[in-house]
Amino acid sequence: MNHLSLIIVREFLTKVRNKSFIVMTFLSPLIFVGIVALVAYLSSVNNSTVRTIYVLDESDIFIGEFNNSTNLKYQLLFDTTLDNAKEKTETDEVYGLLHIPNTTNLDELSKRITFYSPDTPSLTAMNNMTDMLEKKLNALKLQEAGMDPEIIDKLQLKLDINQQTYKGQETSKMGAGLKLIFGGLAGYLLFMFIIIYGNMIMRSVIEEKTSRVIEVIISSVKPRILLLGKILGTTLAGISQFIAWVLLIFILMTVASSLFGIDTTSTMASTQQTLDTNNTEGIQDMYTIIMMEIMNLPILNLIIMFILFFIGGYLLYASMYAMIGAAVDSETDTQQFMMPIVMPLVLGIYVGFFTVIDNPHGSVSQIFSYIPFTSPIVMLMRIPFGVPLWQQLISVAILFATFILVVWVAAKIYRVGILMYGKKPSYKELIKWLKY
Amino acid sequence: MGKLLEINNVSKFYGAYKALNDISISIDRGSIYGLLGPNGAGKTTLIRIINQITMPDSGSVILDGEPLRPVHIRDIGYLPEERGLYKTMKVGEQALYLAQLKGLSKNEAKQRLKYWFDRLDIGDWWNKNIQELSKGMAQKIQFVVTVLHSPKLLIFDEPFSGFDPINANLIKDEILQLREEGATIIFSTHRMESVEEMCDHIALIHKSNKILDGKLIDIKRAHKSNTFEIGLATENKDLTSAKLSEKYTLSKASFKSIYDELQFRIQIPENITPNQLIQELTSMGRLTHFVEVIPSANDIFIQNIQNN
Repeated sequence: MNHLSLIIVREFLTKVRNKSFIVMTFLSPLIFVGIVALVAYLSSVNNSTVRTIYVLDESDIFIGEFNNSTNLKYQLLFDTTLDNAKEKTETDEVYGLLHIPNTTNLDELSKRITFYSPDTPSLTAMNNMTDMLEKKLNALKLQEAGMDPEIIDKLQLKLDINQQTYKGQETSKMGAGLKLIFGGLAGYLLFMFIIIYGNMIMRSVIEEKTSRVIEVIISSVKPRILLLGKILGTTLAGISQFIAWVLLIFILMTVASSLFGIDTTSTMASTQQTLDTNNTEGIQDMYTIIMMEIMNLPILNLIIMFILFFIGGYLLYASMYAMIGAAVDSETDTQQFMMPIVMPLVLGIYVGFFTVIDNPHGSVSQIFSYIPFTSPIVMLMRIPFGVPLWQQLISVAILFATFILVVWVAAKIYRVGILMYGKKPSYKELIKWLKY
Repeated sequence: MGKLLEINNVSKFYGAYKALNDISISIDRGSIYGLLGPNGAGKTTLIRIINQITMPDSGSVILDGEPLRPVHIRDIGYLPEERGLYKTMKVGEQALYLAQLKGLSKNEAKQRLKYWFDRLDIGDWWNKNIQELSKGMAQKIQFVVTVLHSPKLLIFDEPFSGFDPINANLIKDEILQLREEGATIIFSTHRMESVEEMCDHIALIHKSNKILDGKLIDIKRAHKSNTFEIGLATENKDLTSAKLSEKYTLSKASFKSIYDELQFRIQIPENITPNQLIQELTSMGRLTHFVEVIPSANDIFIQNIQNN
């Protein structure tokens, strides 16, 4: 075996055999699935509690209008005063009291309906009541003006603007969300990967320095080979861990949902419903639309670019982490050098989730998708929204050019740094090392 | 015989700082060569250049007749002063890894390791974690890994640090044995008694310059100053010493004696032989002690460093 493969194997095995690595590999999916299951469980509990609301309708207009929903139950009170009703509401410990005063003037009535409750009522309950009362009031108002509400209802048109690109591809509101999910997932995955495994590489470089094994190694192996072997070995361990996570999460999710009967997708679905109240299409329709949208995504383009940006971006940052590891003596000394690494990463995520969502092709998004330190994250988020190929290629080219430059610098600093013991260098000294 | 290693006019800069200035050293095959110098003199830089860890800015290094190339890594074994092992690996696993990096095949490395582990009586350490080992135990492993691939040139930087006297002796004997088997050894240390004991040749490096090199015996000859340590029993010590001071340079001597005699060091000019001196001294009293002062490696070291 040559040196590089020896080093890769050693790095891989020491990482994979490490106890905390093994524990994290199995524990993280458990925690993740546990949290999702907990949220799903809690929201299902939350959804199943029925709130009773007393209604005192002195106007007698709305009787028969109150339809119980799954979470809200309306109970009408008769022949009582407002004060008594309030008292009864309080002693019965129900959710609240809706009071509709006795007046025939609809305009006045609309301003005087009051809901009494022990504290601020929930938004969904208020919306439910408002919708119901508003509908009836509007119908009465139309009647007052001599119009038949039913005819008005029939005359109402429901508008749904079709979305299409110039090339004739149909798009939908759902599509934008999906693109965001795909892009966000890709960008966030890269971000996490860099942070977790970059740190791992850095620690492994520091370990070689503090254990003083480095000088023996370096008398047999070129520093560049050692650096490369370390990065590749750790990356392999990282990819294995990621694959293990995905598999475990998938298995655990399946087990959890079949075991406890908790539909883990229900959390997503319920938020979708509250966001999109007008969406009356069936679940089946939704799936077909989702599938269509996924097919419409530039899948091949996305995959190829994901691989390219992942390799370029990850290796760029990994070599910087290795450089820091070589420059310092212990992990506590890394702080001052971490800032320049973490800042652009966080900036990339920030720009990605705030600017790209708002305007995927705006000038801010464009600029940051060319800057090599943020481009892997920002460009990956933009690609699902459709970025011309030449722009992607320019961004990749800039990334790889920077990558080569940074690796060259990192290798130089690494070469000098690994043999420097006992002092924390300043930035000035690091620049001096480049000339050694 | 011939030269195994020739270092010709090597200079090395770190930025504006000159770490090595035009150093030339040649090392005979089969010799033990002491590389001496105070801390920060440039020894480690020179050793790193021989190991191809750093490249010289000018000058050349010839190993066994060929300019140094990456392939020569196999021919060199290096035990650095700053040395350690991976803490989380097992002893055997780690020794195998380091041996394979030096170019041995896995099987060959295993065989040789078994031989050395048995020889140093550490065979049962194979599956131990490095963390369980004491410093001296870890040093043994490092020694084995250094010599395992039977390199032509061995470089030991402070090889005895961390060893107790028994193990230090053991390692010393192993080093001498390796020389018997044909290895050439570069030996860098501050322990002058080891230099005295083991080295045939030495080079002294100070402030990036080589200020002295050659056979240890020749250097000692060159550094002797015709000085003798004398014990002389006389009636009147003051009178005798005053008389001798007129003719020679006297200085204090300190040797242990059972007599209450006059003790001094005397430096005689080239034209006077020791025999003449003895004659002169015996005429003045009873001679109890007469030894030529031969400079130790320690004396030579201190003298040369202080004069520069």
